[in-house]
Amino acid sequence: MEKMPKWADVVLIPIISLLLATILSAIVILAIGEDPIEAVNLMVTGALGSTYGWGYTLYYATNFIFTGLAVAVAFHARLFNIGGEGQAMLGGLGVAIVCLSVPWPHWTIALLAACAASMIFGAAWAAIPAYLQAKRGSHIVITTIMFNFIAAAFLNYMLVNVMRPQGSQDPATARFPEAVHLPTFQSMFSTAENVMFRGAPANISFFVAILACFVVWALIWRTRLGYEIRAYGHSETGAVYAGISPVRITVIAMLISGALAGLMAINNVMGEAERLVLNATEGAGFIGIAVALMGRSHPFGVFLAAILFGFLYQGGAELALWTSIPRELIVVIQALVILFTGALDNMVRIPLEKLFMALRKGSA
Amino acid sequence: MTVPAIELKGISKAFGPVQANKDISISVAPGTIHGIIGENGAGKSTLMSILYGFYKADKGEIWINGQKTDIPDSQAAIASGIGMVFQHFKLVENFTVLENIVLGAEDGGLLAPSLAKARKELKALEEEYELFVDPDKRIDEIGVGMQQRVEILKALYRKAEILILDEPTGVLTPAEADQLFRILDRLRSEGKTIIVITHKLREIMENTDTVSVMRRGEMTATVKTADTNPQELAELMVGRKVLLQVDKVPAQPGKPVLEIENLSVTDSAGVERVKGIDLSVRAGEIVGIAGVAGNGQSELLEVLGGMRPGQGSIKLNGERLAMHGPGSDGQARRAQGVAHVPEDRQREGLIMDFYAWENVAFGYHRDPAYKRGLFMDNAALRADTEAKIEKFDVRPPNGWLTAKSFSGGNQQKIVVAREIERNPDLLLVGQPTRGVDIGAIEFIHKQIVALRDQGKAILLVSVELEEIFSLSDRIAVMFDGHIMGERLPAETDEKELGLLMAGVAGEAA
Repeated sequence: MEKMPKWADVVLIPIISLLLATILSAIVILAIGEDPIEAVNLMVTGALGSTYGWGYTLYYATNFIFTGLAVAVAFHARLFNIGGEGQAMLGGLGVAIVCLSVPWPHWTIALLAACAASMIFGAAWAAIPAYLQAKRGSHIVITTIMFNFIAAAFLNYMLVNVMRPQGSQDPATARFPEAVHLPTFQSMFSTAENVMFRGAPANISFFVAILACFVVWALIWRTRLGYEIRAYGHSETGAVYAGISPVRITVIAMLISGALAGLMAINNVMGEAERLVLNATEGAGFIGIAVALMGRSHPFGVFLAAILFGFLYQGGAELALWTSIPRELIVVIQALVILFTGALDNMVRIPLEKLFMALRKGSA
Repeated sequence: MTVPAIELKGISKAFGPVQANKDISISVAPGTIHGIIGENGAGKSTLMSILYGFYKADKGEIWINGQKTDIPDSQAAIASGIGMVFQHFKLVENFTVLENIVLGAEDGGLLAPSLAKARKELKALEEEYELFVDPDKRIDEIGVGMQQRVEILKALYRKAEILILDEPTGVLTPAEADQLFRILDRLRSEGKTIIVITHKLREIMENTDTVSVMRRGEMTATVKTADTNPQELAELMVGRKVLLQVDKVPAQPGKPVLEIENLSVTDSAGVERVKGIDLSVRAGEIVGIAGVAGNGQSELLEVLGGMRPGQGSIKLNGERLAMHGPGSDGQARRAQGVAHVPEDRQREGLIMDFYAWENVAFGYHRDPAYKRGLFMDNAALRADTEAKIEKFDVRPPNGWLTAKSFSGGNQQKIVVAREIERNPDLLLVGQPTRGVDIGAIEFIHKQIVALRDQGKAILLVSVELEEIFSLSDRIAVMFDGHIMGERLPAETDEKELGLLMAGVAGEAA
């Protein structure tokens, strides 16, 4: 028998966790002598009160959808892919190479090629930890973390020594040519008299991210591969009994996960920066872990959680801009949300389960 | 009249709409062994959990030694002199016996004095009850039978006067089970009160003084064991007449389907588990493999089922099967015509968090019948599930429940339905009725015999000798990776098989 209804699991727990995180954040803001109501107000108006704000919120959300999906797919195979950050960095390298080396006639073709390249590079970066886990039993958490550092160092080297244009002091690639610039929300939704999303980085990649949600959903719950991934994730001995190769599933799940993380680069590198810079991922790979946890590894949950974290990122930036609340506090607030929605899941879950048991007894 | 050691008065407990215990009253006299028997899901474990403070009863009273007692948690149960031995032992594997006994009952911050004290007390307990264990062995170095003794000693160390054992023989060999009941007998003679929960009729008949039967949350009868018989108890449990003996006609064996020659299996730790055995199973025949758990039967099934590699030769219908690499995994075996009801349905045969309809495809999920374009044809799968649920009488008949929400017997019916309905040439069956209630055992046995009568070959592994005897047309006994001998069920008895199982070779080995 289930301990509590499913809606409580997927809706109530995240909301309560979020409320707790908000309350704690409010206390911290009060403690440093600022007004929490005013702070929330600023965050909401800053992130959601204008198309400009939405343009940033959705831009961040796009990154988090990709990395959240990446973590979610691996979770289904009970693999903890901490390497989204490094895989997304490598994805960026793939995008940069594709955009700079071929004179693309139109952004559509370039986008397809960039998608393919970012996925291949991201998957390749995940392939080594996947192989080591599957064949040698090296724990995927450890290897993917280490691969984040290797990716950062590798990208540093590539940008400084290989891809930096001659004479430039900046460890970044050259700007991508005009033809591969992706349509932003501003160019897509503005009319002559009404300019929307002015200057905001949200771009067409957001729709690629939504498409990716559908694809991942179909993959996990509608295909034989998804069936095998979930079966392996629930029981390795069961998988062996059913003739599902643990090695094969480990490698494939990680390749898909790495490809999704790499795909993020079409948003931040191709869509926003339009060149590859150092630390382009800005921690989105790690946020993806929280997003997947909060979204219960379901693409729709990942989508909602990604929007929430996009809001926190953009609202936090606004807060730092307009108040004397220090930048660091924003990180604290974000950390509280991650802590409550991700790590402290059981703190809310167990009392809630007890409550539901008691309620059920009362009504019986 | 003596004051009962335990008296339950009108205990009721509901989980949501499910009434797990309905107005249950029993009274157990001190210094007796009381059996509680019932099918899975009859509410035995709930009742004992109430007694041990895991659940709080909605209604009813608990009286211990004539005193009304409140048991809000297990601490209180221990304080009232109740000790519990769970079906799945709660021991720390890499601690020694002594450390496990002291665990949770240490006095003071330093361990050494507690351990020294415990060692002395343990010695006294061992001598008093003839319960010998080596206090310095680690739990993972001793067998299950010994581990169970540690659990009993743990309870005694905490001054238990009333001992509850939940399905104590589920993991034991016949010999170990006999030993256990000798220990319980000894405890009874020292004045302890013992409650044994089981679904095995024989254990009840041979060892208890009184027995209570539970069915669907209610206590249907409490009788003196001497005044009843297995047939009556079974009927009380199930609520209808049951066949304790499998009804089958003599086998009509045909040509050999499975031929094993010189098969050896080495496990992942490098230990040779199966040591060059020869065995054959013919069409229309059930070959039962008897043996104490851990003598290579599991590994034999796993090689045949494609779960691990082996060396030697396996022929199916005259064709040699691959033993490692391509063509040797579970998918390949299914394609070759081997179906497999695995020994452990919860870890192998089912994905407990999958819906019943997803589990119906488990292992056959690549079957083209379940495929539509790029995707799985879930509608076809669900229709198939409904048919199987109906035919195999799975209860509740709802494919949208996860496997873990079914009782053990119904879980096993799902597995058996999936494998038998594939109409395989060879069916591998491991412990088909472990943790399965009597009603379902009868049903599953019938299905296996029906498959045999269709001319299929069946290889059965079971640690239950009764099951081996009632199903098999031929019995092979495994010990230490060897086949000690083959017997016909009509020409042997439990005693002879017991000797073979213990490694004492017979003349025809």
